[in-house]
Amino acid sequence: MLLIRCPYCEEERPELEFRNAGEAHVARSPAIAGISDADFEAFFFIRSNPKGVIHERWRHIHGCGRFFNAQRDSVTDKFFKTYKAGEKKPPLPKAATAPVASADVRPAEPSGEPPRRRTTPKGDA
Amino acid sequence: MRRYSVFAIAREAMRGHKGWDEQWSSPEPRPEYDVIIVGAGGHGLATAYYLAKNHGITNIAVLEKGWLGGGNTGRNTTIIRSNYLYDESAGIYDHAVKLWDGLSQDLNYNVMYSPRGVMMLAHNVHDVQVLKRHVHANRLNGIDNEWMTPEQAKAFCPPLNIAKDARYPVVGATLQRRGGTARHDAVAWGYARAASARGVHIIQNCEVTGVKRAANGAVMGVDTTRGFIGAKKVGVVAAGHSSVIMQMADVRMPLESYPLQALVSEPVKPIFPCVVMSNTVHAYISQSDKGELVIGAGTDQYISYSQTGGLHILTHTLDAICEMFPMFTRMKMLRSWGGIVDVTPDRSPILAKTPVPGLYVNCGWGTGGFKATPGSGHVFAHTIAHDEPHKINAGYTLERFRTGRLIDEAAAAAVAH
Ligand SMILES: Cc1cc2nc3c(=O)[nH]c(=O)nc-3n(C[C@H](O)[C@H](O)[C@H](O)COP(=O)(O)OP(=O)(O)OC[C@H]3O[C@@H](n4cnc5c(N)ncnc54)[C@H](O)[C@@H]3O)c2cc1C
Ligand SMILES: [Zn+2]
Repeated sequence: MLLIRCPYCEEERPELEFRNAGEAHVARSPAIAGISDADFEAFFFIRSNPKGVIHERWRHIHGCGRFFNAQRDSVTDKFFKTYKAGEKKPPLPKAATAPVASADVRPAEPSGEPPRRRTTPKGDA
Repeated sequence: MRRYSVFAIAREAMRGHKGWDEQWSSPEPRPEYDVIIVGAGGHGLATAYYLAKNHGITNIAVLEKGWLGGGNTGRNTTIIRSNYLYDESAGIYDHAVKLWDGLSQDLNYNVMYSPRGVMMLAHNVHDVQVLKRHVHANRLNGIDNEWMTPEQAKAFCPPLNIAKDARYPVVGATLQRRGGTARHDAVAWGYARAASARGVHIIQNCEVTGVKRAANGAVMGVDTTRGFIGAKKVGVVAAGHSSVIMQMADVRMPLESYPLQALVSEPVKPIFPCVVMSNTVHAYISQSDKGELVIGAGTDQYISYSQTGGLHILTHTLDAICEMFPMFTRMKMLRSWGGIVDVTPDRSPILAKTPVPGLYVNCGWGTGGFKATPGSGHVFAHTIAHDEPHKINAGYTLERFRTGRLIDEAAAAAVAH
């Protein structure tokens, strides 16, 4: 389970108090009825889904109830930063996962058994 | 390839099992192939096999960043069924079920397909309405699915608790008798062996790191951790990593990748005769031939490539299992793991050409694509060989998210599988 810092409550709380709300910084057109099908698709369906640094929305649904944004590493699940809605995207962290090197490839196991859970030092609390 | 048979077993038994060959070869990559498949999961290997068998294309490489079958193919709970709501779904999932029946003979490899019946539970009025609607829609499509009373459900699966005062009362169920399970690893190994025998190169520990395109935009090949490999046709079949690879060709996808977990118990004697799923409380369970209870949990709520998931997701599922099958409350769980599933907005896959000439994609199977493996490989091979879709996958385009012609199993099923 993740530990997430709510920037409004200024506290780290367990993931169960939060609801993930998808990719952050996706702006809805103020004239949504007039945009083209391609623009609507890009807004509504297409997602970055990055392997590495991700920007996402969270809602502290069982706390203060407010939406905020987070910058996280989608390979290690480590949060770099959480910040209030409306604030600018923070600069990319230096320690971010390189996009190409696959941190998740492990050496082949002799049997076809699914590998055991890796113990991650962070992310899971 | 030496065929497996009862005579081969007898012969090898007499001489100490020294004559068995490797199941597939591990050649050095050629500089160029006719077709490159990215991802040696069941779907990628099946695609290569049917390209070779049905379309006469054998100059193929299947590139795998880890070991073959080490992705979701080797991590899933192996439920097979075809009782989806929409016509397009009926088309592809039932195509697969028909191929499962006979696959062991076709591949000369025992994939242990076991049509032991998949039962889906209804716990409330809404479930009853949704599941009965499925029964009727399935029958119109010629797919078997039947409605059962709680008593009939209990007769079919004795461990089920149908007490009126249960926390999750069972008020009915559907049963697809042709549904069941198969041995996941054997599916990957069987396709790999049969494809290799037809000349397909399976290249493991070879990660695709870039997609090379010519000035006119068409695909020229891929960069890998073992150097550049050329091909005019590239099929991306990389499950949770499909959007990462498509991004290398500048195609942004309607996909999000989430961890999905499963776990198995200690092995016990045969106790559980079928597959039971409950969408409402999110739990599904069967028993492997080894004796382990195989239990599937839900996805985490956030995008992740970590191949792990939160422990609370597993305990939530076990809560439900213990309520529905009280006899399992003291079973010990042995192992749990996660896979990264690629989820589309309508929860239906994408099996299609892409805006990049020569680039094809087979992805978006999300939490439920194992069951489709043979059908998916079969029609995707057709799509690559003919540069146009088979009629079964004609609706599974990338453009449907622009035109709005969704195949909205998400709304229909409300959950996985
Ligand atoms: C826990 C769990 C339970 C599930 N239960 C069921 C079920 O009961 N029934 C069902 O029908 N489905 C189930 N599924 C879904 C099913 O497992 C998948 O839909 C299906 O196995 C996908 O097969 P695939 O061949 O497309 O993907 P995979 O088997 O994941 O293969 C993709 C391959 O691509 C490789 N790859 C990725 N990136 C690269 C790269 N850059 N270069 C080279 N190779 C790369 C990966 O290493 C991987 O081996 C479950 C999934 C999970 C995780
Ligand atoms: Zn808060």
